[in-house]
Amino acid sequence: MSRRLKIGGRLIDRSRPVTFTFDGRELRGYAGDTLASALLANGRMVMGRSFKYHRPRSVVGAGPEEPNALMGVGEGARFEPNRRATLQEVYEGLTARSQNAWPSLGLDIGRMNDYGSRFLPAGFYYKTFIHPRPLWKHVFEPFIRKAAGLGAAPEQADADTYAHRYAYCDTLIAGGGVAGLLAAKAAGEAGERVMLVESRADWGGRSVTDGAEIDGKAADTWVKDILQHLDGMENVVRMSRCEASGVYDHGYVLCTENLTDHTSHKDGPRERLWRVRAGRVVAATGAIERPLSFAGNDVPGVLLASALRDYVVNHAVSMGERTVIVTNNDDAYRTAKVLLKAGLRVPAILDVRSAAGSAIVNEVKAMGVAVHHGRGIAKVHGDDRVTGVSVCLQAGEGHVMQEIRCDCVAMSGGWSPVVHLWSHCGGKLWWDEVRAMFRPDPDNPPSGADGQGFVTAIGAASGALTTAEVLADAAEAMDTEAPVCVAEEEGPIQPVWIMPEAAGPKLRTKMWLDFQNDVKVSDVRLAAQEGFESVEHAKRYTTLGMATDQGKLSNINGLAVLADRLDTTIPQVGTTTFRPPYTPVTIGTLAGEARGVVFQPLRRTPMHDWHEAQGAYWEPVGHWRRPYCYPKDGESHDEAVTREIRATRNSLGLLDASTLGKILVRGPDAAKFMDMLYTNMMSSLKPGRCRYGLMCDEQGFLMDDGVVARIDDQTFLCHTTTGGADRIHGWMEDWLQCEWWDWKVHAINVTEQFAQIAVVGPNARKVLEKLGGMDVSAEMLPFMAWADGTLGGFDLRAYRISFSGELSYELAVPATQGLALWEALIAAGAEFGVTPYGTEALHVMRAEKGFIMIGDETDGTVVPQDLGLDWAISKKKEDFLGKRGQQRSEFQKADRWKLVGLETIDGKPLEEGAYAIGEGRNANGQQRVQGRVTSTYMSPTLGRGIAMGLIERGSERMGETVRFSRIGQGPQEARIVNTVFFDPEGEKANV
Amino acid sequence: MSDLTVERLPPLGMVTIRGELSKIGDAIVGETGCAVPAPRMSERSGERQLLWMSPDELMLVCEYGEAGATADALTARFGDAFATVVNTSDARQVFALSGQHAEDALASLMPVDFARMKAEEVRRTRMAQIPAAIWREGEGWRLICFRSVATYAEDLLRGAKTVGG
Repeated sequence: MSRRLKIGGRLIDRSRPVTFTFDGRELRGYAGDTLASALLANGRMVMGRSFKYHRPRSVVGAGPEEPNALMGVGEGARFEPNRRATLQEVYEGLTARSQNAWPSLGLDIGRMNDYGSRFLPAGFYYKTFIHPRPLWKHVFEPFIRKAAGLGAAPEQADADTYAHRYAYCDTLIAGGGVAGLLAAKAAGEAGERVMLVESRADWGGRSVTDGAEIDGKAADTWVKDILQHLDGMENVVRMSRCEASGVYDHGYVLCTENLTDHTSHKDGPRERLWRVRAGRVVAATGAIERPLSFAGNDVPGVLLASALRDYVVNHAVSMGERTVIVTNNDDAYRTAKVLLKAGLRVPAILDVRSAAGSAIVNEVKAMGVAVHHGRGIAKVHGDDRVTGVSVCLQAGEGHVMQEIRCDCVAMSGGWSPVVHLWSHCGGKLWWDEVRAMFRPDPDNPPSGADGQGFVTAIGAASGALTTAEVLADAAEAMDTEAPVCVAEEEGPIQPVWIMPEAAGPKLRTKMWLDFQNDVKVSDVRLAAQEGFESVEHAKRYTTLGMATDQGKLSNINGLAVLADRLDTTIPQVGTTTFRPPYTPVTIGTLAGEARGVVFQPLRRTPMHDWHEAQGAYWEPVGHWRRPYCYPKDGESHDEAVTREIRATRNSLGLLDASTLGKILVRGPDAAKFMDMLYTNMMSSLKPGRCRYGLMCDEQGFLMDDGVVARIDDQTFLCHTTTGGADRIHGWMEDWLQCEWWDWKVHAINVTEQFAQIAVVGPNARKVLEKLGGMDVSAEMLPFMAWADGTLGGFDLRAYRISFSGELSYELAVPATQGLALWEALIAAGAEFGVTPYGTEALHVMRAEKGFIMIGDETDGTVVPQDLGLDWAISKKKEDFLGKRGQQRSEFQKADRWKLVGLETIDGKPLEEGAYAIGEGRNANGQQRVQGRVTSTYMSPTLGRGIAMGLIERGSERMGETVRFSRIGQGPQEARIVNTVFFDPEGEKANV
Repeated sequence: MSDLTVERLPPLGMVTIRGELSKIGDAIVGETGCAVPAPRMSERSGERQLLWMSPDELMLVCEYGEAGATADALTARFGDAFATVVNTSDARQVFALSGQHAEDALASLMPVDFARMKAEEVRRTRMAQIPAAIWREGEGWRLICFRSVATYAEDLLRGAKTVGG
């Protein structure tokens, strides 16, 4: 049974006990414990169930590589699944619960998957797609859905807040081990702006745990001294509990800083995302020990030799009384020393190497530990925890030579440098045959904008192993002097990928590679056998390395097994891609402040608050909110729209048109530029006049429309659609900056400068005359003219333009005057029953007039000719954007769908997006269609449903009746008519 | 609690000036009294401030009431030169930021290297999801954004999470 040792534990504070709960049970730990170490201290070995087979699992590691000990931490609005117990620090009141187990961690019904595991081989999921077909829907899919997914999703909105912070430095050092500390000192003393981040709470890394000696001092003293030195430098910033999660182009690094995950209080942001631009990145991220693949290597009590050292030294926690160590290198002997020093027993060390004679091996042998060379583990005994091991020859098939009773197995398969930050932006690796590891290739670093490498891997992350090596490597990379450190001779590693090397199928199905995703040696071999030779394919087929630990323990072992099965070499197979983040980052952290009211910018017109006070029902239009309608007490939206339309058509309506784009185009070449932008002729427009125009992209497709006013010889004001303002401004700048750079034209977006109000209806002129000022008569300000002047004391520009078919003025005033003018119009219009109207009334009224709407009648595949807008396409102009595109044969076809009006026979409106039903069926057996509805409304003016639609040869088929689809009902009939339903001569607007 | 004061200011006069700065610089100096600023910098003359916006764009910040007349005067001075002057005094919301944590708050929202930002520098950048610009004003800051997103900007600033407090 795991338990707390009476002495030791360099990270725990025995004077500060804390109480926490796990699966409802109250447990005690100490400040400085991780959740994993505290659970072990309480004898709780089993911490989770594996993903696929629901096997009981305990910790394998003691850090970010841990695949098994995933838990739900927190409660209610602060619950989060899949947190690593090895990283989660305990605090007073912490609550954690196990996951992926039902009904409980101890008794889990899903375990039956394990007993039937031979029916769930690699690629099982994909194979279920194939046959038998009916089983997928009724058997496999429900089964897999139930089994899939680790942890439970939170059920409440996150109560925490998150912050972002932008930061800049010359050198960002990731990792606060001895290499990172030395690098920070060197860069700091050189006067650089330095950021040093360490993901854990404590500094110094393995060297401190392993009790190294640096500069004649104990490593922890050396670390304390250097930290003090760094804190004395203003140009050095250091942060613990802050992980460098990802490296991106141009020296951009995301670091995630934990602020309250380790505290009882939850005040302030939970995490801070540091968005750093670094001149260079130094990856001092250490290395991760590899497991060994022997049968039963996942039984609780089997763990990495270094992790066991961490638990004993850092937290004074033992996994068991008797630990068998199995290794292929010298490093695991350090674990033996630590265990013996703690008074625990090491009945045997199984060293696969036929001989080993380095100092540490001899030292351990001299301490009386039985070292069996050339041996490995055939099988681990035990179910919910280790009870013993069967010993075999590593070179054999697994015949049992001896059984050793033990309750813990410490394994070491060598070390893999943490090359993630090196690799995120494309740093290359090389396979070091001697050390059996992929190491950063200094000749192929990730390169920045200048073509030079911007990431340097130092210390263990670059492949150095002992403290002396690590410091020497860091010193060389940082061009500084290495501290004095006694070099430790280590014997060579003997790579082992399967134990024993000739293990048969029975053993291979119990050798775990990926603990979290339950991928075994047999699965990877099966994938190779079935033709998945690329490591990327084999990964996806078997799910090796696809779990939340992203294969930190499994990748190298897995690809080595793959290489062996394919009779090729490890570097030939290569690694899968290392992608950020290094460990999972919460979505909340990435979102930062972007939640609640600032989830997205909301654009408000100068009259926004007025609309809100009137109870406007909002419609999002881009980032704007526009009133859809203004429902009065008890009114439905339909009723409100009807009332608004009738009031406008019969007397006076007001529309907030401020959102429409307003782009000033000015310069000696402005007229030439306008002729290129619009399909119709704009250069002939006289100052003081307005003209409706169309804009197409180079393909000829209609992309925006609006009214252009000519201000003077060199100046035009272009109105765009609400959603088009920024896009069209960008479009203009694109042409001016990239193509016609020598044209003298400025395009300035003045959308935000003006509030614009449409004053619409038969009484529009009367209300303006009542305000008094400029002459707004038909003679002085005729249809499609504009004039500057004053009305009611407001300096404004009045445009005689109409999108409703009514007598209409659009008044533009500086934005700060918008609300005052609006209120003046409301007051003056009272006697005419002035009615503010929203976007839906606007839409219905424009449809009654047959005016198109970008985004309704157009969808990116429609040319103006399809909409019967040939009149707006100049035949005289030599060129305009879209001219050549429109000449393509596809657009000349006689059977193009053309815009028509549609009048339903039954008077009810057509359904939104309904299809016009054609004759027969197409090659896929689907009903043929001959068109579709683009806009459909109930017209209060006409008292019937009206619509516009694109119909095959529609313009030639006036009077024909066409059937339209309806959801859940039989087709609806409509007659093809002219698009202009109301006032075809335009008499109402032109008065 | 962080020490940050966010104040919405009434509109300032703002005049957008576009053109080849080498050709219209003298006229600008003559009219505004401000020298033509170097890239990313600003120049002051009394209450007037000339901000560098882009290689062919400046913005004159002045009293709200004088923007229109100044724009007309600039247009007149430029004569036939290819230049455009527009009064855009209503297009933006101006904020005054002050307090010990103002820079700290801004650093949580804007990708700006404040330690390297010069005293006269104008930084056109991004604040969370909107365009914004900042410059130093006395002990504090001026921040401008488009007027339609003023509420968003204010909410951002008031909710800004500082590192310092």
